[in-house]
Amino acid sequence: MTSQEKGWKEISIAAVCWKPSTEFLTGDWKTYKPVRDLEKCTRCLLCVIFCPDGAIHWKSDKGDIEFDYSFCKGCGICANECPVKAIEMKLE
Amino acid sequence: MKSLVEQKVLALNGDEAVAYAAKQADVDVVAAYPITPQTIIVERFSEYVANGEVETAFICTESEHSALTACLAASLTGARTFTASASAGLALMHEMLFVTSGCRAPVVMAIANRALSAPINIHGDQSDTMAQRDSGWIQIYAENAQEVYDSVIQAFRIAEHPDVLLPVMVCLDGFQLSHSVENVNVFPDEIVKKFVEVRRFPKVLTHEGKLALLKLDPENPMTMGPLAFPNYYFEFKRQQEEAMKNALEVIRQVHDEYARISGRNYGDGLLDYYYLEDAEIAAVCLGSTAGTVKTVVDELRAEGVKAGLLRIRTLRPLPFEGIQKALENVKAIAVMDRSMSFGGYGGAVFHEVRHALYDYDKHPFTVNYIYGLGGRDTSPMQIREIYRDLQEILEKNRVETPIRYVGLRE
Ligand code: SF4
Ligand code: SF4
Repeated sequence: MTSQEKGWKEISIAAVCWKPSTEFLTGDWKTYKPVRDLEKCTRCLLCVIFCPDGAIHWKSDKGDIEFDYSFCKGCGICANECPVKAIEMKLE
Repeated sequence: MKSLVEQKVLALNGDEAVAYAAKQADVDVVAAYPITPQTIIVERFSEYVANGEVETAFICTESEHSALTACLAASLTGARTFTASASAGLALMHEMLFVTSGCRAPVVMAIANRALSAPINIHGDQSDTMAQRDSGWIQIYAENAQEVYDSVIQAFRIAEHPDVLLPVMVCLDGFQLSHSVENVNVFPDEIVKKFVEVRRFPKVLTHEGKLALLKLDPENPMTMGPLAFPNYYFEFKRQQEEAMKNALEVIRQVHDEYARISGRNYGDGLLDYYYLEDAEIAAVCLGSTAGTVKTVVDELRAEGVKAGLLRIRTLRPLPFEGIQKALENVKAIAVMDRSMSFGGYGGAVFHEVRHALYDYDKHPFTVNYIYGLGGRDTSPMQIREIYRDLQEILEKNRVETPIRYVGLRE
């Protein structure tokens, strides 16, 4: 615990979050990391929809998807759902 | 005390008194599941809904766990929310009781106290609510149907007070109160509506960096009760303890304000004192049994015995200092428990009262009487015997059996 952590009188009641979830990086929870085969990937975006952490983004400027590893928890759902098996879960 | 407003007298049982009070309190959402001896409460309330007498959203859920979950969610959106349960139903809510208090949702719930299985028993005792003392809910125990009505109305004000924001259980003894018809003075609807006010909300800092009213609102999104790691969980629990401390004062204030309008008071709202000023021997109890004990105290007083009674109306938060003060000059005390704390050396109320007396120089004799389990009647004769035991303890100047059972066959 650090001295920057607030005391019980300072924090909102009902455990209301005073920081957005984007400030809580959960990417270091993962053991396995999704790695995409760019050749196989058809950009169907199913993985974007299925990712429970919103860690796969559609980048319209690049016309491609991108993994945000600072939020990916390594659950493997994307790999499981990918219809062309373009994602492999690799030990970090 | 004189009432400030005209009240009419209705013949209501305790359950009906609860439903009538909830109807007048302008409740937005009721989610419930029936269980004896609480069933009449939700039955009556659903009739009010069917007749168009209330605008409440009434949700019939598939279990008590779901009922309280629905109430919690409704309460978090800012709705005034009510439910009722008993026994196994309350036990099934156990998990959600903690979530409700942790989310600081001011749900009001009436409990028609009933024994827990096994063996199955639908009759009254206080095992169900005693088992939930540590769930973060305020607990008020009523003595009669009138107090049930009054307490439900007060409960909304207490629960929703910005310094409290905790859920409240109003407990009424199963059958003795839930099913017995009494004369109940009721207010005109507009008086109750004015008394309960509209719900107020404190402001909290949200993840968007805004100060917003504590309720779920698409305009001001917020997350309540999410994951808290070891570095923060503890702080939230400490906040709940502070809210309980604040509740002691708020319960007293709300009770006094109500008493001024109704002309009825229950001690100071926390504790009800009966002939304690000069009492040498006294009983301590909760709920409807106090009615019987008061009758016995009257008889004993007429015979010249300095007997008294302390009725704990509010068990959570425990009026710790009040208990010490009330029993200051009493020499022998009989604490009555209508539930067991198996292996706990006496019942729950006994533990708490003795705990309150420990800090205190004079250590009066304090004995425990377990009584009335599974709906067993406790007669005035048996209460007289308890006072007789206390007199004997004083005569002998020692306690032979600290924990006793009333009306139990050997
Ligand atoms: S689901 Fe597979 S194919 Fe579709 S976008 Fe994701 S990685 Fe590419
Ligand atoms: S492994 Fe799980 S968290 Fe990571 S990108 Fe795939 S679906 Fe999302």
